[in-house]
Amino acid sequence: MKMQSKLGQARHLGSTNNGVHHWWMQRLTAIALVPLSLWFVFSLIGLADADHDAYKDWLGDHGNMVFLCLFIFAMFYHAVLGLQVVIEDYVANEGKKIFFLILMKLTAALLGFTCLTAVFRVAFGG
Amino acid sequence: MTTGKRPLSPHLQVYKMPMSGIMSISHRITGIIMSLGLAFFTYWIVAAAYGPEAFATAQAVMSSWFGMIIVFGWTACLFYHLVNGLRHLRWDTVNGLEKEDLVASGRVTIALAVILTVAFWIFAAL
Repeated sequence: MKMQSKLGQARHLGSTNNGVHHWWMQRLTAIALVPLSLWFVFSLIGLADADHDAYKDWLGDHGNMVFLCLFIFAMFYHAVLGLQVVIEDYVANEGKKIFFLILMKLTAALLGFTCLTAVFRVAFGG
Repeated sequence: MTTGKRPLSPHLQVYKMPMSGIMSISHRITGIIMSLGLAFFTYWIVAAAYGPEAFATAQAVMSSWFGMIIVFGWTACLFYHLVNGLRHLRWDTVNGLEKEDLVASGRVTIALAVILTVAFWIFAAL
């Protein structure tokens, strides 16, 4: 039995598997953040009393730079997905909901790209 | 929608949340707190791009009592969200969804989050 309306069948409408994209990306970033966030907090112990040169040396290690960039990307992506659901659940007014979704996503994009480019500037000696 | 004088149930002010409910909303709250913490993360990582003086200021801010409260709070939220997130991933495999399992894994999650947070800060202090 097809779980699809007659009209849907006539129009050749069907699943494009995009409906689960939000769910899938939330899980994917969550799995990535398990090792990445643990790596980051334990790196913080070493960086706690670092001066600029020590931080630059740490970022000069290519592995550290890759992990830091991955951590930033996964963390902002995961935060956006989570905050999106919170806004969708608690903001009832449709106009306000869209306003806050746009505000949240653009703020996250601004902060996320600011972080990534800041890492590159230090790593590549700007 | 006219609801007349029908009672609101369950009313949040008189409704005793079960442990699963408290843990569920805590997952959201810790996620929101960490998202707000991204602003501080951005400040710290951008300060390094502005040079040694800006980075020294950022390091001083982060190691002040105010900064330490934020960093401690962020790590406590992280460990709770991380362990409870693993609990969510297990649920995605359709395991551990019985009521007794929820209570048992909930207790383990709270205990692990506290142990990890305390152990991390003891390790950091050494």
